[in-house]
Amino acid sequence: MKQLFAFIRKEFYHVFRDRRTLLILFGMPVAQILLFGFALSSEVKNIGVAILDNAHDVQTEQIISKIQSSSYFQIKKPALNYKEIENRFKEGEIKCAILFPANFGSDLYKTGGAQIQIIADASDPNTATTVTNYLNTIINNYQQELNPTARLSYQIIPEMRMLYNEDLNGSLNFIPGVIALIFMIVSTALTSVAVVREKELGTMEILLVSPFKPIMVLIAKAVPYLVLSLIDFIIILLLAVFFLNIEIQGSLVLIFAESILFIITCLSLGLLISNVTASQQTAMLISMMGMMLPTMLLTGFMFPLENMPKAFQWFSYIVPSKYYYTIIKGIMLKGLGFSYVWKETLILAGMASGLLFVALKNFKIRL
Amino acid sequence: MSSVSVKNIIKTYNKGEVKAVNDTSFEVAKGELFGLIGPDGAGKTSIFRILTTLLLADSGTATVEGFDVVKDYKEIQNIVGYMPGRFSLYQDLTVEENLSFFATVFGTTIEDNYELIKDIYEQIKPFSSRRAGKLSGGMKQKLALCCALIHKPKVLFLDEPTTGVDVVSRKEFWDMLGKLKKQGITIVVSTPYMDEATLCDRIALIQNGSIMSIDTPGNIINNFPKALFAAKADNIYKLLQDLRAEAEVESCYASGEYTRFTMGHGQLTTDNVKSRLIESGHKNLVIKKIIPGIEDCFIRLMNS
Repeated sequence: MKQLFAFIRKEFYHVFRDRRTLLILFGMPVAQILLFGFALSSEVKNIGVAILDNAHDVQTEQIISKIQSSSYFQIKKPALNYKEIENRFKEGEIKCAILFPANFGSDLYKTGGAQIQIIADASDPNTATTVTNYLNTIINNYQQELNPTARLSYQIIPEMRMLYNEDLNGSLNFIPGVIALIFMIVSTALTSVAVVREKELGTMEILLVSPFKPIMVLIAKAVPYLVLSLIDFIIILLLAVFFLNIEIQGSLVLIFAESILFIITCLSLGLLISNVTASQQTAMLISMMGMMLPTMLLTGFMFPLENMPKAFQWFSYIVPSKYYYTIIKGIMLKGLGFSYVWKETLILAGMASGLLFVALKNFKIRL
Repeated sequence: MSSVSVKNIIKTYNKGEVKAVNDTSFEVAKGELFGLIGPDGAGKTSIFRILTTLLLADSGTATVEGFDVVKDYKEIQNIVGYMPGRFSLYQDLTVEENLSFFATVFGTTIEDNYELIKDIYEQIKPFSSRRAGKLSGGMKQKLALCCALIHKPKVLFLDEPTTGVDVVSRKEFWDMLGKLKKQGITIVVSTPYMDEATLCDRIALIQNGSIMSIDTPGNIINNFPKALFAAKADNIYKLLQDLRAEAEVESCYASGEYTRFTMGHGQLTTDNVKSRLIESGHKNLVIKKIIPGIEDCFIRLMNS
């Protein structure tokens, strides 16, 4: 027991004395949360808009001020003519242009109908569609305000509700994904490298000649990274709650328990990789290419699994992070209890014990 | 009973393609300082790894203190100290951390066995808070020796402990081994340096996985069957060529500024050879009889 303790303490020395490891351990989670939280957003915000207002009447001013007050648009300096609009599209300064014809207000009141031209840059079709939808909604709202008393005889009003994420906070979806990714890096990649480093430096040779049990070497390697992964996990949760304003719905205890299960799965994977590789580079490459890519692509947090070819979908069933992602999303965002995620938990537990068994079985007590 | 016993060990790599140890047998007595002398690739490290239970031999048996290296590997791990050929301590841990880590792993403490390592450790103690990776070559080896000794092993395996170490540190290191031997520890050491061989009680000259000769260094030298001569002249290269061409010269090789040679069974003497060499234009020619060293024995055994 004392030996194990000394070994674990030694592992912590290694971690805290290596700047690169520290950077991966604590820099990466923060960087990823900030990246996904603020930079890599699929939401459409602050779209550059140029307005060519040929009417300059009360109505156009009102519509413009409505557009201005929406956080989706950023109104650039007004355009003077068509030619200028085209140029500014080409320069990429604006993604959308709104043109009011002369006599917009009088047309609206006198003829009972006025026109607005909306031009969107559809080289990015998703953005263009979103932008025109936003503008449509704003204009429709304005129209209703103009004649609040007038009612159509048969009107269907859709009441929409965005369940589990009322404010459409884009960060919600990726937080569980980032957690899974970080665990993969810390628990799988760093652990496998830590074991292989002993082989590469030749210290494994001495350890194998010592009375220290080989199994204990693996345990001593795994424990520090389990602790460090949990610290990372807490950092991510704190960032998510205080920086990205995410409310954690479900039980924290359950989230932690499931995370420990997933960390153990990752650790087993890392130990397995370290058993079959002889150099740190190989170990790093296998864990990065073989483990991180599937985690990014086949977990469902970046790209929806449902849209992928069948083969990829089948393959995703053997990616442990897919199950963890489902579990954490359920607990954290939907507030689900254990009874809803027991199936995934069971699969993860099965994977963990299977991998651990193979890892221990494959550990070589000789060179 | 001998401390280390190796019987007909064969070890091959790459599915039999490379023969590292070829039917090797030797015994090391208790408290003996035994040297495996041979060039790189002679199979020394493989023998060490087999004896320290790190490798399995293809065939043959070996015991350490009566324990079989395959069956009783757990007992062996408690009684041997092993210093691998490459510096194998944690570079990012300090001297003291390394030592206390290995002490704990072997189930002991620095204090318990301090007496044994005292002489060696005192020399590196001023650097005890320095990271092992920042030590000089000689100090690294001293630290490694401390770590291998910390659990008071009965048998010490040192794989090329002085390779890459300066001359002064090498001498100090061998002095330490002498002291350890006095404590009754069996020491098996390998080295590619022939001059270190004479510091051992007994040596095995090993080449291509086979032992060519086992004896005390003195006996090995005494068994050199011929008179050994050293020749020197202004043109060293031509001298070597001419001596090789000489029918009466049995073997001939360069060693430093001298060319060493032995005579064949013919009637001619070195004086005859000398006069012929002078005839062929050698200047400042000197030929003298010398006492052979381990290196000469090794070369002779290797060529026969």
